[in-house]
Amino acid sequence: MSTRTHSGGNGDNGSGRRSSRAVLHWVGVHSLGVAAALFFVLPFVFLLLTSLMGDRQALTRDLWPHTWEWGNYAKVWHTPGFLTWWRNTLLYAGLGTLLTVVSSVPVAYALAKFRFRGRRLSLLLVIAMMMLPPQVVVIPMYLFWAKQLDLSGTLWPLIVPMAFGDAFSIFLLRQFLLTIPDEYLDAARVDGCGEVRTLLRVVLPMARPGIAAVALFQFFSAWNDYFGPQIYASDNPAAWTLSYGLESFKGAHHTNWNLTMAATVLVMAPVIVLFFFAQKAFVEGVTLTGVKG
Amino acid sequence: MPDVPRPLRSKQRRSALRTAAFMSPWLIGFSVFFVYPLLSTLYFSFTRYDGFRQPAFNGLDNWSYVFSDYPLFWPAMRNTLWLVLVMVTCRVAFGLGIGLLITKIKTATGVFRTLFYLPYLAPPVAATLAFVFLLNPGTGPVNTLLDAVGLPTPGWFTDADWSKPALTALALWGVGDLMVIFMAALLDVPKEQYEAAELDGAGAWARFRHITLPNISPIIMFAVVTGVIQAMQYYAQPLVAGKVAAGVIGGSGQQFEPGYPDKSTLTLPQLVYNLGFQRFDYGTACVVALVLFALSMAFTALLMRRRGGLIGAGE
Repeated sequence: MSTRTHSGGNGDNGSGRRSSRAVLHWVGVHSLGVAAALFFVLPFVFLLLTSLMGDRQALTRDLWPHTWEWGNYAKVWHTPGFLTWWRNTLLYAGLGTLLTVVSSVPVAYALAKFRFRGRRLSLLLVIAMMMLPPQVVVIPMYLFWAKQLDLSGTLWPLIVPMAFGDAFSIFLLRQFLLTIPDEYLDAARVDGCGEVRTLLRVVLPMARPGIAAVALFQFFSAWNDYFGPQIYASDNPAAWTLSYGLESFKGAHHTNWNLTMAATVLVMAPVIVLFFFAQKAFVEGVTLTGVKG
Repeated sequence: MPDVPRPLRSKQRRSALRTAAFMSPWLIGFSVFFVYPLLSTLYFSFTRYDGFRQPAFNGLDNWSYVFSDYPLFWPAMRNTLWLVLVMVTCRVAFGLGIGLLITKIKTATGVFRTLFYLPYLAPPVAATLAFVFLLNPGTGPVNTLLDAVGLPTPGWFTDADWSKPALTALALWGVGDLMVIFMAALLDVPKEQYEAAELDGAGAWARFRHITLPNISPIIMFAVVTGVIQAMQYYAQPLVAGKVAAGVIGGSGQQFEPGYPDKSTLTLPQLVYNLGFQRFDYGTACVVALVLFALSMAFTALLMRRRGGLIGAGE
């Protein structure tokens, strides 16, 4: 939508109408923008305001705190278990992300750059696995981890599988590696690098944005996971994660919307802070999942 | 192949070994976490199995129970259909609208884009809890505001007619992923086409209808199909919303009636949990798991059949 205004347009009737229409257009678009921004931001604002209210006021229809109870956050922080949930979540998300990246990169590299029989089939199966809801295979998996390996009540049944490649990460990395021209790899091979050295020295540095996106997605999906901890850790509060513990926090403090909202803010905050540090990688990753073609 | 010279064959074998080595993490993961459990699920679905006694073959009993007697199955299917028709449609339309809007905004674009995107990042359980609070019928800010301007104040998550619209509002709040995808697609539409149409005197609607839509229709298709797959797998939000609105004390207590209020938030994955982990009827849980599998794979196949779809460049 170009809004060209001609020089000396003031005297010219047509272009005067045109620029006033451009102004109207600008105002219209930006008022819509502000309205949309309110829709996206107000929930956060109400959340923060309620998290700072006193116990009594949080039960009323007030929108604005009478007194600012910053101590609510300290109270939530010192709730028994909360720190354990943090530690568990960091372990699950951190270690899980590391294992996923290390195990998925070689697979994605082979799918993107090697020519072999069954490559297309492998790719189709990766996509099938990516679209598989965890509930489909949960019964045998639960029996395997809980009855045969006696690991229920821990997060290991969720972390260990990540050492064997994650379908979504493989797919996303493969899409990214396709964008690296083969000439770079050929040059490395001519210089006498084996495949492993080519991957480590040439491909990895170029694939850094793709790896960053995969790591972020994986970290977030572990952070957000509810079903996994519900199946494997629900019997043992010492193994709960933040996403799982948050709901029980609400259960235990069911009349304290202020504390529940403070806990909610504390679960959201790290993800949002992380986003601000890695915004570019993240948005690039989302675009990559959707289909350039 | 007898006439292939020796060095070439050994080279081929080496490259096959190399491929296998690079693929090995996934080959193991695929067998242990996909093929094996999928076959077990299929086997269990024909047995009576509670996890303690050996599975006992019982033919199609579990299957007929799910389709004709299990009281939660058809409500969950109906809810899924509702989500596919209403929630997915609203989300795609809204995502496209916000994507369009962000491409038109010329001032502080970065700020707007970040604000529009942020809610998508909110962890689902946290976002759901926030919405149960925002939409709580008595003292929630939304009903307070609706009341102030004289509009009706629905029961949202506590009213069977309003719980899915409330979940839809939550899904619209987190529309950031679609916004980014649509934004990228819209910026890819060749500028010349718009300029030519403008010269021909085409209005804004005509330009949208005849240039924008045809250009981005593969992306719309992609958004719809992935939306349908997500709708069938919708789990944490409806479950947590139902439990919290019902006042279930969360945590390790596993006994709660899923789908509050009145089965209106039931989805298929919740049935697997209900049958397997609340009723310890693993055989029947596997039947629902397979229904979920069949539906997911059918739509995934649809997604992959489209050229320029998921598989994308290089194939």
